[in-house]
Amino acid sequence: MLELKGIDAGYAGFQALFGVSMRVDAGEAVAVIGSNGAGKTTLLRVVSGLLAPTAGTMTMQGTDLIATPPHKVIETGIAHVPESRRLFPRLSVEDNLRMGAFIPAARAKFHQRLEYVYALFPRLKERRTQLAGTMSGGEQQMCAIARALMSEPKLVLLDEPSMGLAPVIVSQVFDLVRRIRNDGYTVLIVEQNVRQVLKVVDRAYLLEVGRMKASGRAEELAASDEIRKAYMGL
Amino acid sequence: MTGLRLKPATIIGLLAVAALPLVVRYFLPASEKYYLHLLIQILLWSFIYTGWSLMGRFGLTSLGHGAFTGIGAYATVMLWNFAGITPWIGIPVAVALATVVGVLVGYPCFRFRIAGHYFALLTLALTEFVRLCIVGLRDFTGGSLGTQPRRYGDGISLYALQFEPDRMLAYYIAFGLWVLGLYVWLRVDGSMDRYALDAASQDEDAAASVGINVTRERLKITALSSAMCALGGAIFAQYQMYIGPDTIAGLGLSLNIVFAAIAGGIWVLLGPTVGAVFTQVLAETLRVVIQGSATLKGMFGSSALALDQLIYGLLLVLFIIYMPNGILGTTMAWWRRRAAARAATGRAGN
Repeated sequence: MLELKGIDAGYAGFQALFGVSMRVDAGEAVAVIGSNGAGKTTLLRVVSGLLAPTAGTMTMQGTDLIATPPHKVIETGIAHVPESRRLFPRLSVEDNLRMGAFIPAARAKFHQRLEYVYALFPRLKERRTQLAGTMSGGEQQMCAIARALMSEPKLVLLDEPSMGLAPVIVSQVFDLVRRIRNDGYTVLIVEQNVRQVLKVVDRAYLLEVGRMKASGRAEELAASDEIRKAYMGL
Repeated sequence: MTGLRLKPATIIGLLAVAALPLVVRYFLPASEKYYLHLLIQILLWSFIYTGWSLMGRFGLTSLGHGAFTGIGAYATVMLWNFAGITPWIGIPVAVALATVVGVLVGYPCFRFRIAGHYFALLTLALTEFVRLCIVGLRDFTGGSLGTQPRRYGDGISLYALQFEPDRMLAYYIAFGLWVLGLYVWLRVDGSMDRYALDAASQDEDAAASVGINVTRERLKITALSSAMCALGGAIFAQYQMYIGPDTIAGLGLSLNIVFAAIAGGIWVLLGPTVGAVFTQVLAETLRVVIQGSATLKGMFGSSALALDQLIYGLLLVLFIIYMPNGILGTTMAWWRRRAAARAATGRAGN
C-alpha cells in the first residue's frame, strides 16, 4: 500500500533520514520504533508531505507521493494524526471532526462518518460541544484519531500517540489503536513506547539516528535481546 | 444561518438604520448636514473595517489596509482626472488593482508561512510604500497636499458618480455599501472557508494534513478583504471630494482601521460597525474638546490636534489586554451569561 525507497530528508543544514526504505501492506499494523531524535517524526512528516525529501521515491497505492502537496496527501487515503495531537484547540470537538471531513469526497458523507466515529468513541459524542483544547490528554488523542477517521482513510499515520500521557491513559490509547485496527484500517504508528506498541502491531522497523537498523515481526523484535536491553529497559 | 433568510429583528434593524436620516431631518433640522456627515462617515468606515475584520479574525493582522483604501481612492480619481474614465469603470479597475497588490504581497507571505508579527511588519511596509508612491507622484496626485476629483457639472452626476452636495443621497449610498459589507461577512461566516481559515489560524500543519490548502484559503480571503477596502476607499473619495495620503492611505489610517475593528469586536457581525461608531464619536468629541480648550492649545499649540492619535494608541493597548473581544463581543458574551444565569435561577425557583 505505502512504499518508501531510499528516502533522504532533513532540515536546513541537518540530515535526519538516510536512505530509509520501508513498506506497509493493506490491512497491516506497522510500527516504527526508535529513541528520541531517531527521525521517527521526520519520517511521518515526509509521508504526509509536510517535509519534502531530498532523495528517494515514495508511493501510495501507485500514486507518487513526492509530487503531492500536503493538502492533497489526504486524498490518496492517508490520514495523519500528528505528534502531540495538534487539534484545533478553539474549535469544538464536533467542529474538529468537521475539519477532518474537509475534503469534498468526505464532506458529502459527513453525517454518516460522524455517526460512525461517535459509535466508535461514544465519549466524543458526550463532549461534542466542548472546545477541544479543554479536554484531557487522552480525550484529545481520541478526538485526533477520530478526526483522522472522518476522511474515510485507508491508512492512518499515528505519531507518538502515547506522548505526554499518564501511564494509565497510555494503555487506553493503545486500546484505541487496537480498536481502529480491528475496524479494518491499515495503521502506521511511530512510537518510543516500544514495549506497548509491539503488542498492538504485526511488524516493526527499528530506526536509529536516521537509518533503518532492523525490521521484523513484532514478537521477534520483542524477544530480541538487543531491543529488550536498549528500548525496554530489561 | 447564512443570512439569506432575514429574521424580523434583522429587518427592523435595517429599517431603523435606513430611517436614521429622516429622524435627523425631523429632530435636528438646523445641523442636519453635520449629523448626516457623521452618519455617512460611520457607515463608510464600517464597511472598510468589516473588510479588514474578514482577515483580522483569522489571525491575519494586516497593518497594510491603508494601502488598499489608498489604491482604491487614488486609482479611481487619477483615472477620472487624467483620462476622463468614469468611476463606473475606474472603481472596478482600482479594486482589481488593489486585489492584485494584495495577492502579490500575500502569496509569498502565506507560501513561506510568514504570520503573526512578521506578517504585520510586512504589510506595514506595504502601507508606507503606497504612501511614498502617492507622495512621489506629486505631479498627478498633488503629493502630500492631496487632490480632488474633477467636479462634473453641479457636483451631482450619475455618470461621474458624484453625490457630495446631496447628503441624503450620499447616506443611502453609504447605507447600501454597509449592507453589502454585512452580507459579505455573513456569507464568509457561513462558508466552509471560515472553518478552514479558523483551523489554519490555530494550527497550520494540522490544517494542511486534513486537506486544507492553507495558502489558497488565505489568498482568497486577502483578495476579498483588499477588494472591499479598495471599494470603500473609492466611494469615500467620491463622497469627500478630496483625497490626501494621510486621510485615505498611510500608516495612521491603517492603524485606525485595526484599532476600530478590534475595539468593536472582530468576531461578531456588527463589531466593526460598533467600532466605527465608537471611533467616529470619540474623534469628534476629542476634536471639539481640544479645539474648544484654550488650556490644551496653550500647552501644545496646534499639535494638540494630534492628541487623538495618542489616545487611540493607549486605548488600543487597553482593549487588547482587557477586552480582546471588543465592545460588542464582550457585551454579547455578558448578555448570554446573564440570560443563562437567569434561566438557571428560573429553573431552580420552579
